[in-house]
Amino acid sequence: MRILLLPTILISFALWLMPAVAYEIEQHKLFPASAGGEGLRIISNSDSDIFSPLIEAFQRKYPTVSVDYTVVSSTELMRAVYEENAAFDIAISSAMDLQVKLANDGYTRPHNSEFSELLPDWARWRNHVFAFTQEPASVVYSKSAFEGLEIPTSRQSLISILRNNGSRFKNKVGTYDIRQSGLGFLFATQDARNSDTFWRLNEVMGSLNAKLYCCSADMISGITTGELAVAYNVLGSYAQARAAKDPNIGILALEDFTTLMLRSAIIPTTAENPDIAGAFIDHLITASWSEEGADYYPYPKLNRERASQRLSLRTIRLGPGLLVYLDNLKRSQFLQEWQNAIIQP
Amino acid sequence: MTAISNVSGSIRRRLTLQLLGIAAVLAALLFIMVMTFAKQVAEESQDNILTASATSILDSAAIQGGGVTVDIPYSALSMLGNVSDDRVFYRVTANGKFLTGYKGLSVTKPGRKQERHSFMTSHYMGESIRMVSATRRLSYASGPVEVTVSVAQTLKRQTETLERISTSAFYLGFGFFIAAAILGVLSVQSAVKPIQILADSVSRRGPQDLRAVQAPVPGEMAPLVVALNRFMERLKKSLTRSEEFIAEAAHRVRTPLAVLRTQAEIALRRVERPENRASLKEMIRAIDESSRAAGQLLDHAMVSFRTDHLEVTKIDLLELGRETLERHQPLAEMQDKTLIIEGETPPPVSGDAILIQNALSNIIDNAIKYAPFGEDIKIRIGTEGHWVVVSVFDQGEGFNETDIKHLTTRFSRGGNAENTIGSGLGLTIAEEVVQAHGGYLKLSNRKNVTGACVSFYFPQS
Repeated sequence: MRILLLPTILISFALWLMPAVAYEIEQHKLFPASAGGEGLRIISNSDSDIFSPLIEAFQRKYPTVSVDYTVVSSTELMRAVYEENAAFDIAISSAMDLQVKLANDGYTRPHNSEFSELLPDWARWRNHVFAFTQEPASVVYSKSAFEGLEIPTSRQSLISILRNNGSRFKNKVGTYDIRQSGLGFLFATQDARNSDTFWRLNEVMGSLNAKLYCCSADMISGITTGELAVAYNVLGSYAQARAAKDPNIGILALEDFTTLMLRSAIIPTTAENPDIAGAFIDHLITASWSEEGADYYPYPKLNRERASQRLSLRTIRLGPGLLVYLDNLKRSQFLQEWQNAIIQP
Repeated sequence: MTAISNVSGSIRRRLTLQLLGIAAVLAALLFIMVMTFAKQVAEESQDNILTASATSILDSAAIQGGGVTVDIPYSALSMLGNVSDDRVFYRVTANGKFLTGYKGLSVTKPGRKQERHSFMTSHYMGESIRMVSATRRLSYASGPVEVTVSVAQTLKRQTETLERISTSAFYLGFGFFIAAAILGVLSVQSAVKPIQILADSVSRRGPQDLRAVQAPVPGEMAPLVVALNRFMERLKKSLTRSEEFIAEAAHRVRTPLAVLRTQAEIALRRVERPENRASLKEMIRAIDESSRAAGQLLDHAMVSFRTDHLEVTKIDLLELGRETLERHQPLAEMQDKTLIIEGETPPPVSGDAILIQNALSNIIDNAIKYAPFGEDIKIRIGTEGHWVVVSVFDQGEGFNETDIKHLTTRFSRGGNAENTIGSGLGLTIAEEVVQAHGGYLKLSNRKNVTGACVSFYFPQS
């Protein structure tokens, strides 16, 4: 009896130890190693279809490493790492503010990359946060819906076109629900910081009964189906990929400013294989920042100059400034204001 | 001959070591001062930016909807990111109650009321931090509310800056030490130089040179030089006194000797017995020898005196040689010897004519003495490089090669001169004179024929 009892106790103890996964998983994909070996667990808010070439290239270099890829929203990612101490070796997110928060509050490990000189200064924070993409927040529109109208070239002109054609755009404007989406929140706060037109635009969108979305992909789908005429602050890299397939999708080139987001990777302190995680970050850096650029790099080509030729491009800077809008008071105030503007009875 | 004196330590080494020690201490001091200063500046600049950040957050505090609220400006935290990569923590409290920020950040109680900011260094989340707290009062319906904002930053940049500066400061200190060491060694050299110059000038002196040291010396060495000069003065006086004594003695002896010789010659004429005549002749010969020795002692004393106070004129050595030769003509004729002088007028020589004549005279006298009956004595005047050479040739037996080296020392006589009257001072006088004029005396034997050759080398003026 005893012989049976002990394993039973052990198993139940182990079950008790295993934390219940509270964060919401959107997608889970396994990239098995060609030969058995260690595993790399990645938590990410990047679509696995877009991201997988990078993982496959990594596995060509390290054939014994199997990769476990979990896709969550940026908010869920924050919850997983910050609150639940979930054991991941790498966290990849487009929500720069959350990544910086994790690093600032001591949830990340340092990584001294031998490739760090490839990175421009603004593309990393300390030796904790490493950016490997540069993606614009774009305004996507349906060409058919804008027929006979001037194509707006700035937020000002977008506001007046929306205002003057209220009936045409009623219920056909979409943007991020920044209460749900970390990236949407980042874009919104940076817009608010850059220009007051953001609030006026929100007012106008609110008056047109704007629809709120969790993710860029849904907004773009809305444009394709004709559900939406304009989607504000859509992730440009997705939009470009979709616009290539659907000629009806147009992307506005705004003259006043375009926010550039940096997708970044960190190694959480809970990482079980920090060495492999470091190798993966080096892999991301070389794939993205080396002069020639890797052919398997799935994101838009990077621009080393922070203030590029087009001054309207504004790269969000990694750093403690991003912590400001994460402040509880500041965040709730911002959300309140945003709700007042966008949700109009 | 090397004199070994009792040497203990070295001024140069001691000074060098002391200066190196001082340079090392100063370099270390410089390093410490630079580091202290750098630390102060680094802390101050971090404090300043933290203060600016805390103040701007505090300025955003307001009473809104029945409670205290803060609207942290973006720049409040991004300005910290502009200057460094350090982690940033903050905390806002109202009347001691946590409002927002990092709850675990322990806030110092603001000290005295007057102080608007308080600074502290502590630990948070496993890292050293520097924290600034600023306090402001807001008036509220139910009384004043004290809002405290604390902003903290890790010390990574400060540490890095200090490390960088400490490397520079190390090189600075090292450079300072090297420069100071080089300058120190150079100054020791220049301090020791007068001592070396004095030592060299004293050791370079000729054996007769007892003049006082005239060259300027540093004040510290003056007592030594004065003592040295006094010592030499005394030495010189005692030497002079002994020379004078010898001269006086010779002079006193010479006159009675002359009387004695006259009396002996008168007696010689009177006696007829051959043994008496022989002994009288022997007596006269002895008297001659004594009086010649006395004469030479006098000459030597005169030479010694005059070499210290040369009366320098331009001298034509051919003319001088001719005059000297004429004086010896009677003596030479008596012995049936011919005196010949040859050569052309040489370039003038500056010197004391009386001394040179005396020296030449002594040599000619020797030549007449040692030359066999009926032979010639030749004087040749010529030039050799920048020397004017006066050579006296005779046809005697010549010098013994073994004697040549020490013939010029006082009272030294050649092994083959026993049959001839002489004191051994002639060559000494000649050498002293020629050396006093910056020249030298050369003794040799004639080639092809027998006979000696004495050459005076005088430098051309």
